[in-house]
Amino acid sequence: MTAVDELLAIGDDALVAAQRLGEWCSRGPEMEEDVALANVALDQLGVARLVLSYAGEADGRTEDDLAYLREDFEFRNCLLVELPNGDFATTIGKLLLLSGYQKPLYESLVDGPDERLGAIADKARKESAYHLEHSALWTVRLGDGTDESHRRMQAAVDELWPYTHELYAGNGAWLSTVESVLAEATLERPDGGWQPGGGRRGVHTEHLGYLLAEMQVLHRAHPGARW
Amino acid sequence: MTGDPRAAAAAVVDPEIRVVTIEELGILRDVAVDQETGRVTVTITPTYSGCPALDVIRADIRSAVRAAGHPDVVVETSLRPAWSTDQISESGRAKLAAARIAPPGSTVGLRLTVRCPACGSPDTEELSRFGSTACKALWRCRACAEPFDRVKPL
Repeated sequence: MTAVDELLAIGDDALVAAQRLGEWCSRGPEMEEDVALANVALDQLGVARLVLSYAGEADGRTEDDLAYLREDFEFRNCLLVELPNGDFATTIGKLLLLSGYQKPLYESLVDGPDERLGAIADKARKESAYHLEHSALWTVRLGDGTDESHRRMQAAVDELWPYTHELYAGNGAWLSTVESVLAEATLERPDGGWQPGGGRRGVHTEHLGYLLAEMQVLHRAHPGARW
Repeated sequence: MTGDPRAAAAAVVDPEIRVVTIEELGILRDVAVDQETGRVTVTITPTYSGCPALDVIRADIRSAVRAAGHPDVVVETSLRPAWSTDQISESGRAKLAAARIAPPGSTVGLRLTVRCPACGSPDTEELSRFGSTACKALWRCRACAEPFDRVKPL
């Protein structure tokens, strides 16, 4: 049995990432990418539902209770996923940094002591590999593309980098994956600097409150609403 | 008059790829009948964690098994062993190809070409890793210019 806070960290990362990616729906830079981002969002949502259902069983809450009826300070997601989408380069940068973290995390859980979480991770790791590959391909295309795409991709990485401290603290697999993609994309890896954190303790940026307001409004206005 | 619950569940078609049954797709894991209560427990596994077709599949299984004369039906979901495209049967692959959806190849991570399901040409390209459903990618044939779906190896 995994601690509830650990399950919430995994489930909330996936849920908030899914909600942000869903904002791209009908706004993608091209049709294929619109479909791709929606697919990634769906994968994340699928994992979130499985993990939150599990997390809620400890005290009799459903996945909907956890998704729709918690306040921002009760969420345990990392700050990276709640940051606004920004331009397409920022979104791709967020996905690269996130999937570079999720894939080895899921892989480490597959044969862990928690059989149920291991089964969820066994599915998620294969989906995560597609997310990592997709975001890595785009990072290289933008980073090693035109002057303008390079400038934007570098700006995205610079802006997002401080938020990765919360993710990779001591995670060598994450760093080597991300570094090799950045190198191929002719991008510079930012150094140290500001290290915001607190998401795992429920201390979030102001952005999460607005995201939850949109995600939760229907359920709060019409409790128990179903499709 | 009751029919075989296993056969009834196995004949349910996938709601997103309607040419194949859930058995051919490899997502039907088990059908068990409790001899005392008559309850039928059907176990399925999702292709992808967020597969939105799962709710429809559950409902279709319940009505199919009920129609076969077994009113008490429970559909359970199992994640392990995780579904893989290797579990799509030979007949399932043939039906996918006939519907011009390229079946998955082996899951070896080599970049092999995909044969166009319309004209058979190997001169094809991937347009997007993500296609019309969670389990498919979008491809195009350079020879006949036909776009087609391919079931992603997983």
